[in-house]
Amino acid sequence: MIELLILPLLAGCGVALAAGPLGSFAVWRRMAYFGDTLAHSALIGVAIGLFFSINITVAIIVSSLFIAAALVLLEQKNTLSTDTILGILSHSALAVGLICVSAFSSARVNLFGYLFGDFLIVSTADVIAIFTVAFIVIGLLMFFWRGLIMISTDEDLARVEGNNVEGLRMLLMLLMAAVIALAMKVVGVLLITALLIIPAATSRKLSSSPEAMVIIAPLIGMLSVLSGLLASFFWDVPAGPAVVVVSALFFLTVNICYRKRS
Amino acid sequence: MNMPLVSLDNVNLQIGNQTILQTISFDIQTKEIITVIGPNGAGKSSLIKLISGLTQPTSGKIIRKPSLRLGYVPQKLHLDKSLPLKVSRFLSLANVSKAARNDALTTLSIEHLSAKQMHNLSGGELQRVLLARAVARKPDLLLLDEPLQGVDVNGQVELYRLIAQLRDQLHCAILMVSHDLHLVMAQTDSVLCLNQHICCHGRPENVSQHPEYLKLFGRKAAEEIAVYTHHHDHHHAIDGDVEHCNSECNHD
Repeated sequence: MIELLILPLLAGCGVALAAGPLGSFAVWRRMAYFGDTLAHSALIGVAIGLFFSINITVAIIVSSLFIAAALVLLEQKNTLSTDTILGILSHSALAVGLICVSAFSSARVNLFGYLFGDFLIVSTADVIAIFTVAFIVIGLLMFFWRGLIMISTDEDLARVEGNNVEGLRMLLMLLMAAVIALAMKVVGVLLITALLIIPAATSRKLSSSPEAMVIIAPLIGMLSVLSGLLASFFWDVPAGPAVVVVSALFFLTVNICYRKRS
Repeated sequence: MNMPLVSLDNVNLQIGNQTILQTISFDIQTKEIITVIGPNGAGKSSLIKLISGLTQPTSGKIIRKPSLRLGYVPQKLHLDKSLPLKVSRFLSLANVSKAARNDALTTLSIEHLSAKQMHNLSGGELQRVLLARAVARKPDLLLLDEPLQGVDVNGQVELYRLIAQLRDQLHCAILMVSHDLHLVMAQTDSVLCLNQHICCHGRPENVSQHPEYLKLFGRKAAEEIAVYTHHHDHHHAIDGDVEHCNSECNHD
């Protein structure tokens, strides 16, 4: 029975591998809520993908880009804070997505699966896709590392020193959309941000350099996936939420231990 | 005279329908120290952002000398606490040689901060680190946006001395926004008094007598600027000792 866990475990580890470093950027650049908005809008992508019978991952990335563009436009012309605009976009996108998915598709669509994910139905092809994207994400982050750290430190300073700030920002957003599109299969749109943010936030307490933080974060993520899946197997609880709960427990533990030590 | 490092020609800046800066024309010469003063909302930071290329003018021309290297010290660093960063790593992000970084640390006498986390620095320490980073790039022009913010009075005098020294070491021009209307560095070659337009521009002692300046800041301010520039025939070393000015001090 336990060998049923191998594919889900590989899929989860692949997602954690990419989500750890990317999540660190999300934490540094205060993009947690932005990640949420992207994730929620992914449901619209699912609906579009189903309706036009195109690849769902591509459709999700396209819909994320539209949401990101909408955010940039609204930010420029508005007196409301980014926080509020994201709140509006995020939940409108979720609502539109829910309506679209139920309207455009027949009953065979597993809405619950998209919202909360389903670790146990991943295929070998899914695992290969996840690892391919994870390695592309890591490769791009490494290639643009200095510039990406620069824009996370101070965008004005980065710009004066000749970094292409807009391009790098766009890159981070695209990578986030790609990871969300893939991770959706395993944890679903509602819990995806947890996998980005929680391991990175836990890693912060244990690191004294950005490099250490992006190496420790995916390790914590993978440990959460392993423990969560085991918990789900032995106690028969849903796998996605179990992984998120375990990672939250890690966060709590590290915070308590760290406080005691110092 | 050589070609100026930066030349602003009739520059205007509007954001929305609000005028931020209008008809700004002046040159920055090699090795010149310019201090920009003006009330809140006068457009001082916007001027620095225009010169550094962070914002584009609505109209007018900004001509930079080809291959001009800028050193920029922002008013504050937008570094989130969640990003762990040592001073040494922050400097290495500037993409300059290790030797240049070490020189910069020595110039600003902050070698001891190298292993510290950026978040644990005091206001004055952070300003020095930011300066060190700009200096490590060996700039032709240093742009300092309120470099004395969050620095105590003793630190301010010391930092001013350091900035003046940088000009002689790096042979660079310096344009800085003063955090205090009345405090103008003794070594300043020219003062630019800004209130959306250039009220007056000239040597410190002339500007303080200029009718537009008096109108803007009142006579008391004029006296204070005078106190600072005229009663200063010495400066203090790090340990507080009085050191008399050498011939480089070009004020009274």
